[in-house]
Amino acid sequence: MPPYKLNINKKTVSVDAVDDMPLLWVLRDVLDLKGTKYGCGVSECGACTVLIDGRSVRSCQIAVSEAQGAITTIEGLAENGKLHVVQQTWVDLDVAQCGYCQGGQILSAVALLTAHPQPTDAEIDTGMSHNLCRCATYNRIREAIHHAAGMKSAAKGDAHAGA
Amino acid sequence: MPVLETPSTYAEKLAEYDAGMQALVAEIRGVTVPAATGASNMGRRSFLKKAVFAGGGLALLFTLDTRRARAAEGEAPEPHAETTTLNAFVRIAPDNTVTLYSKGPEIGQGIKTAFALIIAEELDADWKTVVVEQAPVNPKVYGSQSAGGSTSIPRGWDQLRQAGATARAMLIGAAAKQWGVPAAECTASESVVTHKPSGRRLTYGAVATAAAKEEVPDAKTLPLKARADYKLMGKRIGGVDNAKIVTGKPIFGIDVQMPGMVYANYTKCPAIGGKVKSANLDEIRKLPGVVDAFLLDGTGNPAEVMPGVAIIGQNTWAVFKAKAALKVEWDETGASQDSLTAAAAKAKEISAKPPTPQTNTGDVDAAFASGAKVVEASYEYAMVSHQQLEPENSTGWWHDGVMELWTPSQTADRGISQVAKLLGIAEEKVTIHQMRAGGGFGRRLSNDYLCEAAAIAMKVKGPVKLQWMREDDFAYDFFRAPGFHYLKGAVDKSGKLTAFQNHLVSFTAGGDRPVSGGGRSNNSFPTDMAPSTRYAVSLMPLKIPCGSMRAPTDNTQMWVAGSFLHELSVAAGRDHVEFLLEWINRPLAPVEAGRGGEGRIGFDPKRAAGVLKLAAEKAGWGKKLSPGQGMGIAFSFAYGGHVAEAVELSVDEKKKITIHNIVAVADIGPVVNMSSAENQVQGGIIDGLSTVMGLEIEVEKGRIQQTNFDGYPILRMKAAPKVEVHFIQSDFRPSGLGEPCLPPLAPALGNAIFAATGQRVRTMPFKRAGYSI
Ligand code: FES
Ligand code: FES
Repeated sequence: MPPYKLNINKKTVSVDAVDDMPLLWVLRDVLDLKGTKYGCGVSECGACTVLIDGRSVRSCQIAVSEAQGAITTIEGLAENGKLHVVQQTWVDLDVAQCGYCQGGQILSAVALLTAHPQPTDAEIDTGMSHNLCRCATYNRIREAIHHAAGMKSAAKGDAHAGA
Repeated sequence: MPVLETPSTYAEKLAEYDAGMQALVAEIRGVTVPAATGASNMGRRSFLKKAVFAGGGLALLFTLDTRRARAAEGEAPEPHAETTTLNAFVRIAPDNTVTLYSKGPEIGQGIKTAFALIIAEELDADWKTVVVEQAPVNPKVYGSQSAGGSTSIPRGWDQLRQAGATARAMLIGAAAKQWGVPAAECTASESVVTHKPSGRRLTYGAVATAAAKEEVPDAKTLPLKARADYKLMGKRIGGVDNAKIVTGKPIFGIDVQMPGMVYANYTKCPAIGGKVKSANLDEIRKLPGVVDAFLLDGTGNPAEVMPGVAIIGQNTWAVFKAKAALKVEWDETGASQDSLTAAAAKAKEISAKPPTPQTNTGDVDAAFASGAKVVEASYEYAMVSHQQLEPENSTGWWHDGVMELWTPSQTADRGISQVAKLLGIAEEKVTIHQMRAGGGFGRRLSNDYLCEAAAIAMKVKGPVKLQWMREDDFAYDFFRAPGFHYLKGAVDKSGKLTAFQNHLVSFTAGGDRPVSGGGRSNNSFPTDMAPSTRYAVSLMPLKIPCGSMRAPTDNTQMWVAGSFLHELSVAAGRDHVEFLLEWINRPLAPVEAGRGGEGRIGFDPKRAAGVLKLAAEKAGWGKKLSPGQGMGIAFSFAYGGHVAEAVELSVDEKKKITIHNIVAVADIGPVVNMSSAENQVQGGIIDGLSTVMGLEIEVEKGRIQQTNFDGYPILRMKAAPKVEVHFIQSDFRPSGLGEPCLPPLAPALGNAIFAATGQRVRTMPFKRAGYSI
């Protein structure tokens, strides 16, 4: 297990871990970045979503030895203490219930909005299909994505909860 | 060192578990909600007093907060040195920061925010400067700290309002003294006391220290606000942990991290009830990153510790990998050999014979004989599993003769005595920290993972985090029981429902009652459906433990009742809403007993009719729909909430369903937080839809066949419909919402499919009948 050099949230870190340790557990147990969540370990739930070079990926499926590229976790999304627009929308629209899935949802939404700055509902369906929300906050997630895209939401029942 | 009994037979322990869960649910469902100045105030008043005057005790209470787990609360502000404690819920700092302690487990139902809002409303606190912290788990001070049965709000309502109101009165009293004016001339708003005649003002922060020395007023003498005067409640308020959630702060049970902590997983027999004969522990101990591996006998109670193998390692991955290499020979004597396919065949056999025993109200046979139309139908539903997104976990640390635990349980308060009994130590030697839970849905009413963590921590030096794999969550749940109903109903010439027969074939964990969650509740509506009613239950043994899942019993019973009522109204050729309204307003005398005893939130025909009518109106009931489209509607009263839901959909020739609209109308009294209430209803309905359409747990040879989400297709964004939510707010005492919003969805969906296709779906999940979404 050579020390692996990873680029995480714009910092290079050196990690001692067995080569097959998934990035998920490197983040959580070795680097103490707990925002990336374990949900299934088999690429089904998206709770472990991180961005690598801007694309959303399941960190439970990437071994530390293969974790190349610029990795962004939910802890690294805000810049200089200012929330990313997607994070801010999630707060403003009070999207979360238990909140467990939401770090992954936000990162998938960021990737979606990079690829489709004004996503249609169908693009949202596809872009968010990797992320389960057991509390089923899907109405709010959809609305928040439209909102973040600066589009007027197609959904009714606007939720504008102040923080 | 752990004092773990050698298991007695699993069957006995299963019965013990099931009886315990039934008692818990009965307690929850029977929760009495006294009037604001009712008898139970005594305890609360003395509690409020104690909270202030037993200074030392209270201070101690607050040193046991979660900061130790560093971590866990990340940036939780250190309470300000001069912060004043007014009672166990309210602390105020000189800079006017008001810290409110939320006593219940946050499992996604929004209670952390809701509890704080209720206190803040009566306290007249400035919400912008309110900080909300999780209260220590100490039921002696706080009363119930469980989350279940949608009872947090109705149970906490008086206690929290009074905590706010008494603190407010003390702040006003202290300010009035300082000014030398009568307290009656002073008022409070947004954390400031004002002397009306002179316009003088003092912030709460400025008078808090003096206020703490004020006599605690008798809560009964304090007027509580009328709904029209609410400044916070009923508004859209964002969750107090939102900023932490969106930035990935370590707030969940799974996030606990402590210096020197090791990690654990626990493997039990895939057929529950089995014991370890032998295991390759020596091999496992040699694996990289593994610290230790050992056996636990357990207590044999599935809600405590079953026999199994603990693997301890330096990180989660090392432990999970070692688990894959673990070879155990199990002794399955007495273990579950259940097969649900065999049970389904057996249920059919049972249904062929007249059921015994029966409960009869009225002359049922005569009523059937004189019925103008008689309908018979059988309904069945699958076993399902909770699968909250955060897999089970708890962290334990045995130190200084104290078992200290961090857990996302829904019943951490009960965990104290459970762990004490399990380990043979005094309850004072058990400290539990409540962590945010990544979902609950009733799964975390059981504390098995907490007990396992405690038993493992006794054998490990330093803190240890027990982490289940998702596969463990599938294999060891307290499942929603499957069931089979054989129904018969009659309507008279005028189309009125006159007779009803319900033969339920369910399961038992021993004894003569259905498993937890598998029966029929007596404080829901509809239960008994007609003037002449026959109810019968037949039971088959089941060793897989069953439990409470969101709206237990009602999540299945309301589907059966709500669908069959529609069959009857169709047979009678009547408009379903009109039929339901007539049925809601029928004389209730024969079924009233036990439903809503004194002080409980009982079924109210006016509230029921109110939500049903509004749902029909908002959904456009009766409007013309194209061929292939249909609308269904259903009502239920469950867990104190009156809710009606309507579904509009189309079904194509491949039985693929497209949902166009879902309308929900709920009357839960006053809404505490509109944003979270709406979110809860939308989520509950989509949760219901997910379960009705596609979820099923299969069991063969005692083994759960589904192992992860790939075999258990929880609904995703693509299939999630838009849900429109309305509330009829009223001055009735508030009900909870997590459960009441779920039951009407299934019958409304099934009725809509019938309206669209003429096909009645009588099996759940509907995918069994070929439907997809
Ligand atoms: S934990 Fe990676 S997809 Fe579920
Ligand atoms: S908010 Fe609970 S899983 Fe999404």
